[in-house]
Amino acid sequence: MHRFANPARFARLSARALPWAWAVAGLALGSGLVGGLLLAPADYQQGDSVRIMFVHVPSAWMAMFVYAFMAAASAVGLIWRHALADIAAKAAAPLGAGFTFAALATGSLWGQPMWGTWWVWDARLTSVLVLFFLYLGYIALWQAIEDPGKAARAAAILALVGVVNLPIIKFSVDWWNTLHQPASVLRLAGPTIHSSMLWPLLLMAVGFKAYFVAVLLLRMHAELNWRRIRALRLTAGESTDSSHGFATLPAERASL
Amino acid sequence: MTGFLAVLRRDLLLARRHGSGGALVLAFFVIAAALFPLGVGPEPGVLARIAGGVVWICGLLAVLLSLDRLFQADHEDGSLEQLALAGPSLWVIVLAKVAAHWLSIGLPLVLLAPLLGLLLQLPLEALPVLTLSMLLGTPSLCLIGGIGAALTVGIRRGGVLLSLLVLPLYVPPLIFGVAAVEAVVTGLGARPHLLLLAAQALAALALAPWATAAALRLALE
Amino acid sequence: MPEGLREFLAMGGYWPYVWPSFAIALGIMLWLLLASLGEARRSQRLLAELRALRSEPGEGGDAT
Repeated sequence: MHRFANPARFARLSARALPWAWAVAGLALGSGLVGGLLLAPADYQQGDSVRIMFVHVPSAWMAMFVYAFMAAASAVGLIWRHALADIAAKAAAPLGAGFTFAALATGSLWGQPMWGTWWVWDARLTSVLVLFFLYLGYIALWQAIEDPGKAARAAAILALVGVVNLPIIKFSVDWWNTLHQPASVLRLAGPTIHSSMLWPLLLMAVGFKAYFVAVLLLRMHAELNWRRIRALRLTAGESTDSSHGFATLPAERASL
Repeated sequence: MTGFLAVLRRDLLLARRHGSGGALVLAFFVIAAALFPLGVGPEPGVLARIAGGVVWICGLLAVLLSLDRLFQADHEDGSLEQLALAGPSLWVIVLAKVAAHWLSIGLPLVLLAPLLGLLLQLPLEALPVLTLSMLLGTPSLCLIGGIGAALTVGIRRGGVLLSLLVLPLYVPPLIFGVAAVEAVVTGLGARPHLLLLAAQALAALALAPWATAAALRLALE
Repeated sequence: MPEGLREFLAMGGYWPYVWPSFAIALGIMLWLLLASLGEARRSQRLLAELRALRSEPGEGGDAT
């Protein structure tokens, strides 16, 4: 049972890390919101709509960061057969999909006043949309395979294939976009960002990352529990010669 | 090498014997493309403008449709396991099976493509490039699709899942393939696009069988 | 409503874009957080019940 020795240490570490992650997330998000919504000045061109940046940009960063994290965890899980790495990758996926969707939705809401349209087949939007589909496929593959060990390895292969393909997809979409430059798009001048906008943005980014760590640990904890439940069930199934050997429990009924 | 040829020959023979599947996929290709004039109107200018994209997308979907045949049948009747046990390494088997799949599905699609381009009012000078772009692109489609087919091989109702997994990965070949056709139509050179398509096919050839074999090994456990 | 607050909520006329953006981004995060919390609680409870049912003392892997 050496595989359960590791989760025990994980549980201890995560119990110690969780309060810190929550504290950092709460403080950074709180002060970032105050800074972004109240203290930062409105942009002289974009007015107050520029404040969308404070949720849009961190979401977009997280969308990419979480996929990289997922792929790294998948590689560790695949090469070293590390169950915790598999669980981390699985737990990260819905968060990454959530951030990606948030980036797309807020981008669309920002695009409407700036570009006069809800959606532009702009290179960046398009590749983030493809990234969102990659997340969906990954999650769906996990759900389709019953055996967690097999699902983990299949999903890990998919995540690695995706991460190899992402630069190619990004390149191809950039290439495509230079061929079909949308006519009505007003290019946003990005890099000259004033420091009064930069610090709330960085605070929000830190807050998003700490939030990710906290919820990831929570999800990993839950997944470990489900695996233990599954293991208990399987041993029970062997002894009673049936996998449905005992009655449904109240907590289980609630989850159905 | 002999193992590769043996699997290739076996799969081609099987494909010819149960020829209807491949023919159905080709029929799908033609019918789907024929729906576009009905959908967007028969005006030649509009059709010529979208013809490259339509042929490419329909070809891509046809490949996608055919993918579930790639490993499923052999997995169900156990011959995949036997091949893996007795024959060459799984990597070679995958390569042979994908090659056979391309020969029986991809190549006919390539040959049909100019005909569809003609029906869709694509200018004559663009037809060779359309064919060439399909010729360079369909191997990528088959190789990348093989990964998805292997990942979903043991799954009931895996077809929809397969398309969800594979379609995002089909973006680059689609873009370069259509760009090549459009470059000819607008009078620019198609060369860079075609070179990128070829580069992509080579990269897929180097990497995809490896991932496919890893995924198949899971299904064989 | 005080003038300052109204001005803040109006976001220089961009309120229909700014507020939904914040609501969507933070709402998704809150939703994922609550769902994950619920999942953790439910799994914890089910595990405890299962162990109690089989009168098996919590093994070493349990978090304490």
